[in-house]
Amino acid sequence: MPFVEGLRCRECARPYPAEALHFCEWCFGPLEVVYDYDAIRASVSRERIAAGPPSIWRYADLLPAAAEGAVNLGAGFTPLVRADRLAAELGLGELWIKNDTLNPTGSFKDRVVSVALTKARELGFKIAACASTGNLANSVAAHAAQAGMQSIVFIPSDLEAGKVVTTAVFGGRLIAVEGTYDDVNRLCAELAGEHPSWAFVNVNVRTYYAEGSKTLAFEVAEQLGWQAPDHVVVPVASGSQLTKIAKGFAELHTVGLLDEPPHVRVSGAQAAGCAPVADAFAAGRDAVKPVKPHTIAKSLAIGNPADGPYALDVVRASGGAFGSVTDEEIVEGIRLLARTEGIFAETAGGVTIASLAQLVGKGVIRPDERVVAYVTGNGLKTIEAVTPRCRPTATIAPTLDAFAAAVPTDPAVPDPAGAPTPASSGAWGPQPHARPSHTSEVPQP
Amino acid sequence: MTTVTVRVPTQLRPLSGGRSEVPVEGATVAEVLKALDAAHPGFADRLFDETGRLRRFVNVFVAEEDIRFLEGVDTPLAEGATVSIVPAVAGG
Repeated sequence: MPFVEGLRCRECARPYPAEALHFCEWCFGPLEVVYDYDAIRASVSRERIAAGPPSIWRYADLLPAAAEGAVNLGAGFTPLVRADRLAAELGLGELWIKNDTLNPTGSFKDRVVSVALTKARELGFKIAACASTGNLANSVAAHAAQAGMQSIVFIPSDLEAGKVVTTAVFGGRLIAVEGTYDDVNRLCAELAGEHPSWAFVNVNVRTYYAEGSKTLAFEVAEQLGWQAPDHVVVPVASGSQLTKIAKGFAELHTVGLLDEPPHVRVSGAQAAGCAPVADAFAAGRDAVKPVKPHTIAKSLAIGNPADGPYALDVVRASGGAFGSVTDEEIVEGIRLLARTEGIFAETAGGVTIASLAQLVGKGVIRPDERVVAYVTGNGLKTIEAVTPRCRPTATIAPTLDAFAAAVPTDPAVPDPAGAPTPASSGAWGPQPHARPSHTSEVPQP
Repeated sequence: MTTVTVRVPTQLRPLSGGRSEVPVEGATVAEVLKALDAAHPGFADRLFDETGRLRRFVNVFVAEEDIRFLEGVDTPLAEGATVSIVPAVAGG
């Protein structure tokens, strides 16, 4: 907090005080936090960060709320995993997975909620609220419970059962709205105006909330030994996360934590059934036209993305591109990541991995690049997506004969059980019995 | 003449004398917003940019539908329709 100078409109640059404000009263553009970077540069150091807690709060100098007394379930500092087996399947050289499935409530939303509710409490709020596609609902309900705040969470009524249960369990009020996320969002924009005593993390305190996603860049740079990657792949719903990851890498240089100005190519990942930003990119348009979502990737199903134009700008300016993948490819992406790296991602992670594969296939992401793919939610929340494709290999009587009949495999031979059959292996199925080599191979189209 | 109800967001209510709903006449969204500015000067500056287009963070709904799914500011209005101005849909 000591390093926050105020807020400023991203569109018209009008200044505002650091209060619960999220858009410009004049032109309705979104507000951004303004920092005193000279003061941060004088305070921050790699050593100071290394001595900090194993959570997002090790980067408190670059966050808009004070670490002391933070609402904190331990979000962040998740593993950055070298993904050689996946890299080999895709024909990449150096690939890393930022495994943000391992946050307290299983998604990156814990980062933004920890920042948002810390700031909300500083501002005197006692009620936490949000519009959510599920992951945010989990996180707001959990953090509010730990902070002793009331919560009121709004979700579309067709959410996955797992996301409903993992929100309701924390108590608080959970309101299922008959409509899409965009309907929920619009309702919450209006409710925020009517209930100024509620801290809607992604409405009236969104300016602070969004800053939490910068920690996804900070951690990757620190975990790579204070180096920026060459290329990142980020799922896009509102576009905020992608925009803030790019901002995070840039800030590290601004405050002296990276020696060289980073040149990170940023690519976005969307489901074809809800791809308003990817479509604008492909068509060369600046305007992001809203769409009606139809995709299994419900966590990314925002048809009217608030930061779509900014995400488009970041991707274009950095030399990245957008992937746009079908529901079938999303499921295959989930299974590919699980099969090669032992990480079970939710549908948004499937979008990221499938988009990664698509962009490698197009030559956008190259084998000579150090690539980081952001996997931001846990697969246990969306098991519906893969349930039809993930069954027992066999169901047998508890006898040796039954096992031998059902699974006629020489134990000396690597067991292909559990690997997909060629007919169901999808776009990037493995070669049966073949271990992935580290030589480059062209992915299957 | 078609009379519709315009729902005014909290932030713009100083322009409408504090009222959350204002009856306005007009056959399209564009006509209604123009008439709103005539009755309550100041709305146009806030809703439209220098080139006369709706600012990109202003959302207008007819009933429950975003006008970008309809015919934009040319969307025709029926008697008694509700036009909502919703600033800066956030979320995500």
